[in-house]
Amino acid sequence: MAQTLAMPVAPSLAVICNGRPTNTLSNRLSFPIATPPKIGGLSVKCARVGGVEIPNNKRIEFSLQYIHGIGRTRARKILNDLSIENKLTKDFSEEELIVIRDEVSKYMIEGDLRRFNALAIRRLKEIQCYRGVRHIQGLPCRGQRTKNNCRTLKGKKVAIAGKKKAPR
Amino acid sequence: MPRRSIWKGSFVDAFLLRMKKKRDLLLNRKIWSRRSSILPEFVDCSVRIYNGKTPVRCKITEEKVGHKFGEFASTRKRRLSRTNIGPGRKRGKK
Repeated sequence: MAQTLAMPVAPSLAVICNGRPTNTLSNRLSFPIATPPKIGGLSVKCARVGGVEIPNNKRIEFSLQYIHGIGRTRARKILNDLSIENKLTKDFSEEELIVIRDEVSKYMIEGDLRRFNALAIRRLKEIQCYRGVRHIQGLPCRGQRTKNNCRTLKGKKVAIAGKKKAPR
Repeated sequence: MPRRSIWKGSFVDAFLLRMKKKRDLLLNRKIWSRRSSILPEFVDCSVRIYNGKTPVRCKITEEKVGHKFGEFASTRKRRLSRTNIGPGRKRGKK
């Protein structure tokens, strides 16, 4: 849920980062002060780790996973490395959050990761190798069958085709 | 992607390995060994890779190093209709 909410924000971040790549770190550090906005006496506290991410009142292991580039393994690894207790995110003090932010910033996350992946795919497309061609065609490039399935990749296009193929 | 272990080195057919030293041999030459990796030594050669029917022209650039020759010559015929009409029509035909 929160991930879907965060998704449209991410590309805009990437645009910001593109213009000023050096600015990401200062953004990350300046945010925490402005984080707890009070709305009608009800404090909506969202900890910001690694840019725009807003993990809410879940345990830190799971709220870290809302960051693009941090999954179950890496979240657990971060907790292990810092030897932090796995408590609710809102219970963390600012100092602890700063430590977590530092740890998270060691990994390639969010905009950087997206750009890295996009570049790798663009490279494949440019050299016109088999995998690149499959990316262009919007078909799986790891040798899966395409007679049926592959809905993840073909899905959107078929939604249009579904109307056309109705007489079948 | 799954990768071959490094200690094995990249796989190259023997006759291509010979060309490592004499690069002129490779220029504009037909290659049937689609399974061979492209070595850094082959950069800036123009080769013709066999796709099962006809040799396909391919200029080897620096980015292509590490891929196999076969990746750059498709063995399938591309259906023109699909690209022209769009993938939507493809389903209907089947």
